[in-house]
This record gives sequence, structure tokens and C-alpha cells, in this order.
Amino acid sequence: MRTVRPFDWRQTPGLSAFTAIIMLFFYAPLLILVIYSFNANQLVTVWSGFSVHWFVDVAANADIRRAAINSVVIAIAATIASMLIATAGALALERGNLRRGRATVTAMIALPLIVPEIIVAIMTLIFFSMIGMHNGLVNLIIAHTVFCIPFALLPVQARLRDMGGTLDEAARDLYANEWQLFRRVTLPLLMPAISAGALMAFVVSLDDFLISLMVSGAGSTTLPVYVYGMMRLGVTPEVNAISTILLVVSLIFVTASLLLGRRSQMAEQ
Amino acid sequence: MNENRTLALIAPAFLVIGVFMVLPLCIAVVYSFMTANPYGGVSMPLTFDAYVQFLFRRDFDDSLMFSWSYVIIIIRSIYLAAATTIFCLMLGLPVAWYIVCQSLQRRRILLFFVTLPFWINTLIRTYCWVLILRDEGLANNFLKSLGIITDPLPLLYNDGSILLGLVYTFLPFMILPVYSTLERIDPRLIEVAYDLYANRYAVFRRVIWPLAKPGALVGASIVFAPALGSFLAPDLLGGGKRLLIGSLVQMQFTTSRNWPFGAALSIVVTIGVLLIFLARSRKVKEEGRP
Repeated sequence: MRTVRPFDWRQTPGLSAFTAIIMLFFYAPLLILVIYSFNANQLVTVWSGFSVHWFVDVAANADIRRAAINSVVIAIAATIASMLIATAGALALERGNLRRGRATVTAMIALPLIVPEIIVAIMTLIFFSMIGMHNGLVNLIIAHTVFCIPFALLPVQARLRDMGGTLDEAARDLYANEWQLFRRVTLPLLMPAISAGALMAFVVSLDDFLISLMVSGAGSTTLPVYVYGMMRLGVTPEVNAISTILLVVSLIFVTASLLLGRRSQMAEQ
Repeated sequence: MNENRTLALIAPAFLVIGVFMVLPLCIAVVYSFMTANPYGGVSMPLTFDAYVQFLFRRDFDDSLMFSWSYVIIIIRSIYLAAATTIFCLMLGLPVAWYIVCQSLQRRRILLFFVTLPFWINTLIRTYCWVLILRDEGLANNFLKSLGIITDPLPLLYNDGSILLGLVYTFLPFMILPVYSTLERIDPRLIEVAYDLYANRYAVFRRVIWPLAKPGALVGASIVFAPALGSFLAPDLLGGGKRLLIGSLVQMQFTTSRNWPFGAALSIVVTIGVLLIFLARSRKVKEEGRP
């Protein structure tokens, strides 16, 4: 005789509604921002028709353009630097023999993620002022590279761990030297993870606010820092428009990165 | 890979983080023991003044008076970070469990939507709530149009709005680690609990929660630590008037120009955060033991 279960543990009543509410909590505010950025009215929260007026204003603002160029230059430089440093580091951590140093280096690399951002920002500021480095743009590229390293490193490290050492052994059995092994076997297999990590680093750098706020000097203001300055002056339609642009740019890059990451996972399976 | 090549590969990461992350930490320790210059920067002699300042105020006659002002800011920061952690756990645990119970396809989609906020600018995510909560904001306009209120409610610039902003920022940080531990629970354990006449509550209390604890601990530490040092939510949603440690640190380097005190604050917070992570990794190791 089939016994009737008192309940199915995979279905908790009300839980799907609860999850839906949380998802709404995550995304409704962002949607509201996007909708308001297309509002024709100067008064932000009074709707009076669809308009791209504020986006045109933002595009015409020379200060915003300059800040955007700074942001992109810094993000590209920090991405390339952190990608190279992180890929080399991941290879050493997973394939090299570091013995006792491994734990120390792993902890060091995680440090930018653990220490509160405001404190990283302050310490970097103190450091640059102490050694007398006052080039805002260079300082920002260095500071961004530091906190981009863990983001660029983690996917590559995970991929190397998944790959295991069998392919390396096979290549060595076929008389590949270390360089050929890297160039023909390891690097092609790592490429999706490296790109995914690089895209993450790019987004993290582009979005960074606090560290940029403290480290940037006059003339090296990044876009989020500039937008923060606008926000402090009050809620305006221009702030909504520029925020929407930043939001969409992050979404595009992150989706690309997550898709790349998944493809590298799929290739594994 | 031989040892020299390994060292050459790890050297750039080691040097960059060593010079631009660990060294600044050490310099901040030194700065915290120096004397503040009136226009920023530090000078000799070495003193404990910055640390004394946590608890005491120097009066005109140079005597020390006990002062609550910084203690209160620190206590409020800890209280808000703790409340954020508890709310995130209460909201995150059910969501994580819901995701675990779904099919593989749906799990992927849901996880994507939980991960996405990670990568969206915190500045913009926080600003959205200013749009909703301010006096002429969406929430007040809505309530006014319903005729429930005539004057706008002060929804912004209080501890509640800061807490809302913090929970909004850090909730994904809780859901993901809790999910990854719940996912590893053997369904047979739950089936067994059933067969032994456990009801839903008992299954949760005796089976799921004990197994979810390590994930909840990881989540709690990665929510608590950044919430403690958070700057944006208190600044934009708290109006910068209700100070938390993060804004207090930032102020010492901008308006107050007391670098040693700012450095001392940073050191104390950093040590606190590192201790939390250390305690967690030891605890997780203990619980992970069979």
C-alpha cells in the first residue's frame, strides 16, 4: 500500500512568493531608476511623458565625457595589468611548488576583498602621499590593479584546478617543453576563464567608487566619483540618466562574463 | 614546474599586493602613533593620542575627559552591521532553500539573478533608494495619492533607511554561500527525517539548519565585515549626519584633517575584521570535521 506523505519537502508553501518578493526587492528599484531617467519632467518623480532629453544633456556635458574617458582608460589599464599578474599567479599557485608560501600568498591576494573598502582607500591615499606620487591617473591605475587581481585570479585558478594535471602530462609525454605546453595546451584551455576574469575586473574597476573618490586628484576624476558629486547636489534627471547608462554598461559586461564562464564550464563537461 | 619559475610567476602578484596593500597597512600603523598636523599629514613625536581619542577628549586645561561621542559611533556601526547580518540571514536562508529545491535549469536562472546585483555599481543601487524614499519620492507620492498622508513621511536619513540600504547591498553575499552549503545536503537525510515523523519545523530545526550553519557563518562574515566599514549607505541614505565608522574614517582625511586618528580607526577596524575572518575559518574547520 502506498503511504501518503504528510508533505513534500521540496515544496514549502509560500516560499515561491517569498522568493518572488525578494527578486522584486532586488530589481524594482533599478527599474524605477531606468523609468525615471526617461521622464520628460524636470521634477524627477512627476511623470510627464517619455523623453531621451536627459541622455542628450549628459552626452553633451564635457565634464562627464572627460570623467568617462578617465574611467575607461583606468579600467582598460587595470584590467590588462591585473589579468597578466593574476594569470601568472594562478599558474604558480596551481601548478608550481610553493609549499609553505602558498597559504601566505593566497591570504594576501584575498586581502583587498576582506579589508573594508574605505580603509583600503585611505591606506592607499596615505601611501601615495607619503612616497610623493601625485599623478592621479597613475595612482588610480595602480590602486585599481590591486583590487582587480582577486577578481581576475579566481576564475583562472578554478579552471586550472578543474583541468587537473593529466593534459600537462600527456603533452610532456609527447615531448612538449614548458613553453609549448603553455602555449599549445594550457593557454587555449584557459582562455575562456581568463576572458571571464578580465571582464569581471573591467566591471569592478569601472564601477569602483570609494577608492577612486579618495585616490583621484583634480583632473583624474572617474565617472562614479563625478556622479557621486552630482548626487550630493540633489536628485536631478541628469543623475538618473547617467546612472542608467552606468547600470546598462555593467549589465552588458557582466552578462558577457557570466556567459563566458558558463561556456568554459560546459566545455569541461 | 621548477621552483625558480614558480617564484617568477608569483612574484608580480606578491610584489604588487605587498607594496600597494600590505605596506600601506604597515604605514598606517606607524601614522596612527604620530602627531596630527593642523592641515593634514603627520609629524613627530610619537604618541598614543590617536588611540586615547577613542575614549577621551582633551580639555582646555589639557586634562582628559571621558567622551562618549566616538564610542557611540562605533557601537552604532556594530549594531547596524549586526542587524544587517541578521536580516540578510532571515531573508536569504528561505531564498537559498527555495533555489535548492528547483530543477537544474531554474536553479541556473535564479542564481544568475542573485549574482547579478554583485556586479552592479553600489553607488547606483544605493541611489535608487534615495529616489524612492525621499520626501518627493515614489513612496511618499504614492501614499499621498492614496490619501493616507498629507505631509511626506521622513523615510530617508534615519537608521532604518541606512539598514534598508545595507540589506539591499549585501543580501546576495548571504544567499550564495548559504545556497552552496544547502545544495550539498543529501536529500536522503530529509527523507529519513520524514520517515521518523518529523514535521516541517523539525526537519528545518534538526536537519537543514545544522547543515546550513557553516554557509551561514561564511555569509555572516562577508556581510558583517563590509557592512561595518560601509560608506555609501550611511552617506546617501543617512544624509551623512548619522555617522558610522566608515564616514568617520573618511572625515579624518577630508574635513577634520586628523590623519593619525583616521589611521588608528582604520587599524582597529581592520584588526576587528581580520579577527572575524580568522575566527570563522577556525569555526568552519571545526564544524567540517566528521
